[in-house]
This record gives sequence, structure tokens and C-alpha cells, in this order.
Amino acid sequence: MAEKGIYTKRNDGRKMDEVRPMSAKVGIVPSADGSASFQTGKTKAIAVVRGPRTLHPQHMQDAKTGILRVNYGMMPFSVEDRIRPGPNRRSEEISKVTEWALSSVIDLSGFPNTVVDVFIQIPQADAGTRVAGINAAAMALAHAGIPMREMVSAIGVGKIDKTLVIDLDKYEDSEFHDGEGSTDIPLVMTSRSKEIALLQLDGKISIPEFKAVIEMGKKACDNILKIQMDALKNITGEGNE
Amino acid sequence: MSNYIMPNLQKEKIKDYLKKEGKRLDGRAPEDYREIVVEDGVSKNSASAVRVKIGKTEVIAGVHLALAAPYPDSPAEGTFMTNTELHPMASQQFDIGRPGINAIEMSRVIDRGIRESGFIDFKGLCIKEGEKIWQVFVDIMAINDDGNLFDAAGFAAIIALGKARMPIYNEKEDKVEGYSDEGIPLNKEVLSLSMTFHKISDKIVADVSKEEEAISDFRLTIAVGDNNGEPRITAMQKGKAGTISEKDMQNILKLVEDKWSELFPKIKKYVFK
Repeated sequence: MAEKGIYTKRNDGRKMDEVRPMSAKVGIVPSADGSASFQTGKTKAIAVVRGPRTLHPQHMQDAKTGILRVNYGMMPFSVEDRIRPGPNRRSEEISKVTEWALSSVIDLSGFPNTVVDVFIQIPQADAGTRVAGINAAAMALAHAGIPMREMVSAIGVGKIDKTLVIDLDKYEDSEFHDGEGSTDIPLVMTSRSKEIALLQLDGKISIPEFKAVIEMGKKACDNILKIQMDALKNITGEGNE
Repeated sequence: MSNYIMPNLQKEKIKDYLKKEGKRLDGRAPEDYREIVVEDGVSKNSASAVRVKIGKTEVIAGVHLALAAPYPDSPAEGTFMTNTELHPMASQQFDIGRPGINAIEMSRVIDRGIRESGFIDFKGLCIKEGEKIWQVFVDIMAINDDGNLFDAAGFAAIIALGKARMPIYNEKEDKVEGYSDEGIPLNKEVLSLSMTFHKISDKIVADVSKEEEAISDFRLTIAVGDNNGEPRITAMQKGKAGTISEKDMQNILKLVEDKWSELFPKIKKYVFK
């Protein structure tokens, strides 16, 4: 945007539209049907897929299709203050929005009465954990051979004071309070139809700025897709990594 | 909500009518809200309690303030908590017990819309730095679900905060003694209003009925505040598994500006008497 703010240099020296160093691995958990990890900067996510398998309790089964079930959690040692193990309001909400995002591209109609479980865990967090988790989960689903119409790729975008940025770290996401503060927008894009599969927003942003930052996110997702596809082509020893 | 069971025939009728006539079964245009009714003073024992109806959808939101110790990382700031109860009295689909994912999501979306706008003056809720602060609770009870509880709950939450009275703190005896006539510390200029839109067939629909809510592809809640007369987004949340195309997004952003200009002055009047 034309307006100049006080956030002219990123705290880790990146350009405004530059992501952190990213890497991905597929096949990291030997006993799983599918598994993958995704890392951006210091944020690490691992995802494991188990299923399709018969869903219990039986009354939750759908005779027309299998269902997707996502469980997201942060490991107790993933941030400076210990996180109490088990679900909380934040993790339950993230699990649900992740489930919606992944459900939009998978087709379980060939597996009635079953469930596909996706477990996402964060061993180390530096903001952007839900989007890192989704990048890992999409690869893990593909690795498990779950029918997918297309892939999804995810990125955190936002605004620091007046400056539009992508892939916010913890400082930018939650420690920057000057000027207009920090706006954080987790975004998930589908790979072929280029539609939005997940969208959340926290902060203060005008409608033109919002449109511009979504465009920045779309570009980043195209690059993340390449990282995901490369990892899927180079599965690391089918879990013996 | 989404597990609402209805005949396939009715689902198709809603979609067809929207597509062919550009209207909803109750005669509303896609962007129309139902009548909004607000009633204050539901409980005299709390800082405030208001009833909000949108058509037949009804909620009550109450504000309560309690004394507490501050969090170590913000020793001079009060705290804020939103809780929603989707009680079985409001719908066949709701159960007694711990909040489920629908109630959790609603609480968190409303909480973010208010918190991120800066509406609550957290520093003004500090009594003694590092020792004593006010905790602000907004509790939202669903009374009747006829669709769009999200907006009814969001409207009720900001109106209840706007009408809340400050308790009187007796420092000597360290206890609360009734309520003063003063409001709680708020930054009134940054109030933001949260509105929810659904995609049904090829239309973006505001203020959905219960049936429309059950069949929509996705929902998008957007909280919008006032930045010198310009709308400014303060929170967003997409729900359900449908995806948003670029055209959907353009339509929603246009609709949100129109609806905000129409509803914001109305709701604002209730928030500030």
C-alpha cells in the first residue's frame, strides 16, 4: 500500500512478501497410513493420517460417505510457558476450521461408514501453526492415498502497523502493538480452482488492504504447493526417516 | 445448526427459488435482515442483560464484572471472556452439557470481534497494578434458534457491554457493593459490528433462516468497525467446508459495506442508549 508506516524493516530482515525458510518431508511416521512434516522458520508441524477405518461409535457413521476428523494440538513444550495437555477452546476451534478446509478437497464417498483421522501436532511454535499444520496434513492425506480433487496450501498473511506482510512470526503476530498493531489472517487456497478453503482474521484492516494481502497470500501458496509436491515426489524411505 | 434434519424437497425449493426468483421463501431479498428488536433490563442483578431478537431468533446476553488478580504478562489490564450457551431450550439440535464445537466457535468469533477492535478499555479495568483488576464476562444464552444465532449473539454482546454498569468497589473491605450509574470503560469510537453471510446456490445471503443455514455451502462472519467514516475489518471467520471463489469474495465485500452502513448506526444507537 502507498501509505508508509512505522514498520519499514522486518525484525528478521525478510522482505515484506518473503516467507521464512520452508521445508517439507513426507513419510515420517512408519506405522501411519500417511504422514508428513512442514516447517517454516522455527514453526514445526507434523501430521499423521490413520484410515479410512470403521467409525465408532456406530451411530456417528454415515452410510453415504466416510468422514474426516481432525485433531490439532500443541505439544506442552512447544512454547515458553508449558501448555496444559488436552483440548482447549483454541485447539478445538482450530481442529474444526482445519477439518472444513481439508474436507473441501477430499472425496470419501468411496468409503462409507468410515472415518479418516488426521492428527496434527506442533512440536515448536513461532506463529502460523495452524497453516503449517494444514500444509503437513494435505501432504499426509495425499501420502495415505485419500482421494483428493486438488491440494491445499496454507499461509499466514497480515498487516503490521500499515505494512502488508506474509508468513508472520511470533513477534509480528502477537508482540507488535505499536501504530495500528498487528493483523493476522490465516489463509488456505485450493491448488487448481484457486478458491479460499479457510479464512480467519484478527486485527484492523481496510477493505482495499485486505484484497491486496489476499493476493500476496495466493502467490505464496503457489510456491508452497511446489514445496509440497516436491516432498511428495521424494518420500523419505516410507517412514524410516 | 448444521445437523438440522429437513426434507430434500425443501432444500431444493430454497435453492431453486433463490436462483430463479432471486428471493427467499419468506419473501426477503438475499441481502435483507429480519426485524431486529432489542430489550434492556432482563436481569437487574447483573451489570447489564439484554434480549436481542432477529425475526424469531432470540438470545439474551448478560455482562458480569468480577474482582481478580491480573495475568503476570499484563499486570495493569483487566480481562475479558465470552461464553455462549446453545441451550436445549432454544433448539431440538442442542444438548445439555459442556459447550460443543458450535458454541466454542461462536464464543471465540464474538470474543475476537470485540477484543481486536479495542472496544474494551483494558487499562481502565485495572484497580491496582499487579494486584487487582476487573474481569469482564459476557454470557450469551440462546433462547430460540431460527437461524443466524451468530449475529443475534454478536449484536447482543456489544449492546450488553455498552449498557453495562460499573460495580462499586469497597477497597477497605475488598468487596463489591452494588452498581454505580457509570458505564464500564469502553473506547466507543472503535465499536465494531459483526455480520454473517452464507453462500446458497449462486447467491450470497445475509441473516439466514434455520433452513437456509442448514443447506449453505459456507458461512463468512465479518466484524467491521468505523475508521473515520470508512469501514474497517476487525475480524473474520469462514465456517463449513465450501470454498470462496474470487467472485464470491467481491460480492461479500461489497455487501458488507452496504449492510454496515445500514445496520451500524442502528445497533450503535442501542449500544450507547
